[in-house]
Parts: sequence; C-alpha cells; structure tokens
Amino acid sequence: MKMMPCPLNGLRNISEFVYGGEVTDMPDHTTCSDREWAEYVFYTDNQIQVVTEWWLHAPSSYWFIAERHTGSDEILRTYDPSERFTERVDFEQTEDNTTTGGGSGS
Amino acid sequence: MAFSLLKYGLRKDYPFAHKPDLPIAGELKSHYDVVIIGGGGHGVAIAYYLAKYHGITNVAVLEKGYLGGGNTARNTAVIRSNYLTSEGVRFYKASVNLFERLSNEFDFNIMYSQRGQLTLAHTDATVRAFRQRAEVNRHFGGRTELIDPPAIRELVPGLNMHPGHLPVLKGLWHRDGATARHDAVAWGYARGATQRGAELHQLTEVTDVLVDKGRAIGVDTNRGRVKCGCIVQAVAGHSSLLAAKAGFRMPIITYPLQAMVTQPVKPFLDPLVSSSALHCYVQQTSRGEIVFGGGSDPYPLYNSRSTLELKESLIASAVEMFPFMAKLRLMRQWAGITDMTADYSPIMGLSPVENYYLDAGWGTWGFKATPICGQTMAELVASGGKVPELIAPFAMDRFDSFRQVNEMGATAASH
Ligand SMILES: Cc1cc2nc3c(=O)[nH]c(=O)nc-3n(C[C@H](O)[C@H](O)[C@H](O)COP(=O)(O)OP(=O)(O)OC[C@H]3O[C@@H](n4cnc5c(N)ncnc54)[C@H](O)[C@@H]3O)c2cc1C
Repeated sequence: MKMMPCPLNGLRNISEFVYGGEVTDMPDHTTCSDREWAEYVFYTDNQIQVVTEWWLHAPSSYWFIAERHTGSDEILRTYDPSERFTERVDFEQTEDNTTTGGGSGS
Repeated sequence: MAFSLLKYGLRKDYPFAHKPDLPIAGELKSHYDVVIIGGGGHGVAIAYYLAKYHGITNVAVLEKGYLGGGNTARNTAVIRSNYLTSEGVRFYKASVNLFERLSNEFDFNIMYSQRGQLTLAHTDATVRAFRQRAEVNRHFGGRTELIDPPAIRELVPGLNMHPGHLPVLKGLWHRDGATARHDAVAWGYARGATQRGAELHQLTEVTDVLVDKGRAIGVDTNRGRVKCGCIVQAVAGHSSLLAAKAGFRMPIITYPLQAMVTQPVKPFLDPLVSSSALHCYVQQTSRGEIVFGGGSDPYPLYNSRSTLELKESLIASAVEMFPFMAKLRLMRQWAGITDMTADYSPIMGLSPVENYYLDAGWGTWGFKATPICGQTMAELVASGGKVPELIAPFAMDRFDSFRQVNEMGATAASH
C-alpha cells in the first residue's frame, strides 16, 4: 500500500488519510466579489506539478500539509501547519464587520 | 470454386475492394474552419454533426494518441437518464433517445442493449431521493419506477438481498438504462465524420493555443501550426491543461477512476445493477464478462495507475452483491483520469476566450452524453456561439453565480 509520512505519526498507510484540498489563500468574504469567492471555492489550477495540500490523519484528527506531485503521486515533503501559519486565523466576524482573518499563509 | 477462391486471394485489393472505413489523414492543412481538440467520442461526434447537419466539413479533429483511446476506451458504458435535476434529466434523456437509433444511423452495430438499470436503496433517505428521481424522470418521458424486494429478486435472482449487512429496501428501476460497445460509438462517429470530409489526425498533440486580443486563432501542434476560425476543446481529464494554454482556469479537479472485468461466465445478469451505499455497480457484457466499478480515487492525480486498495474494496463490494463472484478471476483492470466538477454536471458552451468552446467536466459520467454533446456543441459552433437552450444550464459561469446543477447523489454510485 502507498505510504504517507505523517509529521505526527510517521509512515502510515494512505488509507488512514483524508485529502483536504489545496492550500490557498482565502479572500476576505466580507469584501470580495462573488467572482473572487467562486475562484477561491471552485476554480483550480489543476496542472501536472507539485502542489501543496491539506491532509488529515483521520484516526488522530491531525491536519498537516503535504507537497505532492500530481503526475507521479510522489510525496515530496510533509510538515506541521505551524511552519506556514505563524499567527492564529480567526474566522469570527469582528464588530465593525470589516475584517476577518484570511489565510495568512504565504 | 477452389480456383475462384485462389484468384480472389491473389487479387491486388485483397481482402477488401472498398475504401477503408477511416481514411488515413494526410498532412495538416494550414487552416481549418473548426479545430476540435481531442479525438474521443465527444470530439468525433461534434465533427460528425457539424458535417451532417450544418455542412461544415473543413474540420480537423486533433488527437494526441489514437481515436477513442482516452476515457472513451476506459468507461463502463452505463447509459441512463435517471438523474435528479430537471436540467440534467432533460439533457441525458435527449442523449438516450439518440443512442436508441445510433446503430441504424451509422449502419454499423454499436451493440446498444437496453437491459434496464437497477439502483438499490438501503436507507429510508435514499428511498425518498429515488422517489423524486423516478418522478422527475417520468416527467421528461423516461421510464423509471420504484420496485419492491420481491420484484428485485425476480429481476436479479443472484443478488444478495443483504449486501454488506444492509437491507435492500427498494430499487430504482430504470427501464431505459442501457449499455453499448464504447469503441464502436467512437468508430461510428469518426467514420461518419471523415466520410463527409472532416479530418481525423491521430498522434497530433496540441501543445499551445494561439489567442490574439482575446480571440482563439489557432493551435500549435507537434506537427506544426494550424490556424482556424474556432476551437472546441473536448479533452476530458486534460481539460484544465488545455484551458491553461488558452489562458484561463476551470472549476475542475482531475481524479482517477478505476474499473475491472472478470473472466466470462454464462449469462446470469440482465440489468445493470448498482448499490447506492456500497458505491459499486455491476453488469454482464454480451460476451459474458462481468464489468464492475465504483467511486473515484480518494485524491486528485493525473495518472492512470491502479491501486490495490481501491481494487480490493471494489471487489469486496461486488462480492457482497453477488457472492458467487468470489470464485471468478479478474481478466483486466484499468483506470482513466476524469475531469470532476463540484456539482457532477458538465461544463459546456462558451469560455472566457472568444471562439473557444468548452466540452468538459465530464468526469465519470460522460459516455452516455456523447451523442447529445456532439449535437449541441455542433449547433453552438455552427451558430457562431449561440448557446443551445439544452446546454445553457451547464455554462462554466454558473459557478460564478452559485447556480450549480447538483447531480452528485445521482452520479457517484453508478456514473
Ligand atoms: C473507469 C471509467 C468508467 C466510466 N464509466 C462511465 C459510464 O459507465 N457511463 C458514462 O456515461 N461515463 C463513464 N465514464 C466517463 C466517460 O468515459 C467520459 O466522460 C467520456 O468518455 C468522455 O469522452 P471524451 O470524448 O470527452 O473524452 P476522451 O475519450 O478521454 O477523449 C479525450 C481525448 O483528448 C485527447 N487529448 C488530451 N489532450 C490532448 C492534446 N493536448 N492534444 C490532442 N489531444 C488531446 C486524449 O488523448 C483523449 O483521447 C467512465 C470513465 C472511466 C475512466
């Protein structure tokens, strides 16, 4: 079986993991246009290349990030999200209704 | 007798005096009215209807591999119209109607076989969804009804009525459900299109799309540059790759889909049978082989490799449904890469580039739509971009205004 190197649990069978989509920056939904929101939700590059993705190790409920090639299926690197997200992402709307946390990833 | 046979055998034009079914295309011309990218069933069907109904024959179908060697060759050929939304059912019903008379139209046997399709419900929620699908299908002239376990047992005597310990509560019995020889569909359309003057260029890969001031004007290929009046892209799993060459993104993610076939056995199964909860569908071909498949791979990939874990879980589900299959041997197994949309409906019509038309987002369900895609896309091209009403709901920009046509529930288990 294909193995996934989980940053928390080590090498595990790929069937223990759930794919969570590409890591992308979320636009500010209170100010962005419908088109921008649709771009974020539905549109993808979907090319043959190395992509950065969210993965979940289901038994331990642990989310992490993997770099994987969409042609060869080679998993090049996995790491804890704290490497990328250095501050807390707040999804609550603030009182003045203008700012929300977006993906602060690079 | 023996002498005439010998004479026949020595003739220059032995074994055939007539022209080959598919003329070998010569050099690429420098200009075509229409370039169709992708020589799967959809691409050649579009060329066929352009020639047949619109007299447009200065057309080149460019195929990087061979005719129908993509998902057309890999699909399990379930043909049905029992979807959920009125937009979907209307569209697929029109395709089933065309399929019914395709052998006659081609004068070529596509082995269309209307055996009916049965989907099993194992929960009350599924029974309710099936009731709705039966009503919508009937409204658009399809033949679909809910049947009880005794009727199911009669239709499919070998079926385990508790597959995976799930009860079989009801069945969605779709009499119009059918199957056909997938290759023959591509061959029939290709023959009809090329005999009317269209060109099919195999081993011709489009490497770039030429766009000038927002208009598509031609393509670069491994055999040189071709200018054209307009372009249709019909490349299934490669949709996003081509779109990127034309300069835009699509709401599509490419996933592998796997299937397999057993050794042939005596006829035991007439209808196509699928289980909504086990995500498995099983059918017996006219050669006696049992074809079965299920849901997509769990994550995106551009690779038609197979995986043991998916094959194992599919086999487990198939054996739950038909326990005697445990004794059979697998003959072949394969995968195709499929262009999935979030709402399990296609993307057809206009694109952000002028004169560049889309026939994409066919995912795991597009074989059955081959005839109606050919017809409606040809109409779109011939009219210079007037979108036929039947495909208007499938415009790509439906995602921008959140008007999805959700067919997930009616697609995931049986394609
Ligand atoms: C395992 C499996 C089972 C399926 N089961 C069913 C089913 O039961 N019922 C159903 O209705 N559908 C089913 N489908 C889906 C169905 O196969 C497809 O939706 C349908 O065949 C798409 O047809 P097409 O002509 O658009 O694509 P294809 O047949 O894939 O043709 C596209 C062609 O484009 C070519 N191409 C790609 N890039 C380029 C380029 N740059 N230049 C030139 N040519 C290029 C490819 O080589 C390919 O031949 C299944 C798919 C799979 C993989």
